[in-house]
Amino acid sequence: MTETARRSMMSRVRGMMFKLPYMISCVEFEDFIDSYLDDDLPPRQRRIFEMHLALCAECRAYLRKYKASIELAKSAEAEPVDVKVPEDLVRAVLAAREGGDT
Amino acid sequence: MNDTGTGRDGGEKPVDLSALIAGDGRAVEQFVRRESGWMAAVCQRILRDESLAHDCVQNAFVSIFRNLLAFRGDARLKTWMYRIVVNQALMDQRKRKRLREEPIDNLELEFYSDGCRVELGQSPEPSPEERLDSKQTGERVQTAIDRLPENYRIVLLLRDIEELTTAETAEVLEMTENNVKVTLHRARAALKILLEALT
Repeated sequence: MTETARRSMMSRVRGMMFKLPYMISCVEFEDFIDSYLDDDLPPRQRRIFEMHLALCAECRAYLRKYKASIELAKSAEAEPVDVKVPEDLVRAVLAAREGGDT
Repeated sequence: MNDTGTGRDGGEKPVDLSALIAGDGRAVEQFVRRESGWMAAVCQRILRDESLAHDCVQNAFVSIFRNLLAFRGDARLKTWMYRIVVNQALMDQRKRKRLREEPIDNLELEFYSDGCRVELGQSPEPSPEERLDSKQTGERVQTAIDRLPENYRIVLLLRDIEELTTAETAEVLEMTENNVKVTLHRARAALKILLEALT
C-alpha cells in the first residue's frame, strides 16, 4: 500500500471515529486550540479536546509545532522592553514638542 | 484631571497628566524618558529599522502631546498611547516599500474533506550544514513574522510579543475581541506553516 493510500484510509477511519458521541473532528479541534492553551476550556470541553488529542497523531504533531512556533516568535523578538533610549532621541522629541508649541 | 498610570502591572508611578498638559518641562522630560523605551521597541518590531523607529517615536510623541487634552481617561493611558504608536508605525511602514507578504492562500490550514487534518508530522532533521545558530534562527523567525499579512502580524506582535490582553489589543486596533481572537489564531497557524522547517 502506498503512503498516500495508507494516509487516505487512516483519514477515513478517523473521520468515522470522530463522528462518535463526545468526539470532535480535527476542524473542530482547531477551533479550541487557543482556549485550551489559555487553560480557558470548561472541564467537559477540555476532556473532549484531550480525547481527540490522545487519538489523533496529526493533531498532536500540529499542536506541538503550533506551540513551538509561538515560542520561537517570543524568543526571536525578546529584547528588554525598556531598552536604553539614546539621549539624542529624547532631545529630538523634546525639541519637536517645543517646536509644536510655538 | 486624574493622574493615570501607564504601567501594565499598575506598579509604576502614575503620570501627572495635568502637569503634562500645562507644559511643565520637568514632567514632560520625565514622561518622554520613561515611555520612549517601550515605544521604540514597538516601532522597531514593526519597522525593523532603528533610525525609522526613532523617527516614528518622535512623531508619535508629537501626536500624543497634541491629543492629550482629548484623552478621556476611560482607557488606560498606555493603551491609548499604544494605539497612537502602532498607527504611526503602520503608517510609516505603508509609506516604505512593502514587506514581502506571503499570499494568504499559502497560509491556509489543510484538512481532508472528512474534516481530518493534513499534517506532515516530524520535520526532517537538518543536516549539520543546515543547522542554524540562535542568531540565524532568530533572523529566520523575524523574516517569517514579516511575511505574515499585516493584520496577522500586528495582532501577533501585540498579543504574543507585547503581551497585551485580548481586550487591550481590541482597543488599540479598534477591533472586536472576537475578531482579535480569530485573527490571532490565524496568525499563529500561518506562522507555524512558515516555520515548518524550524519546528
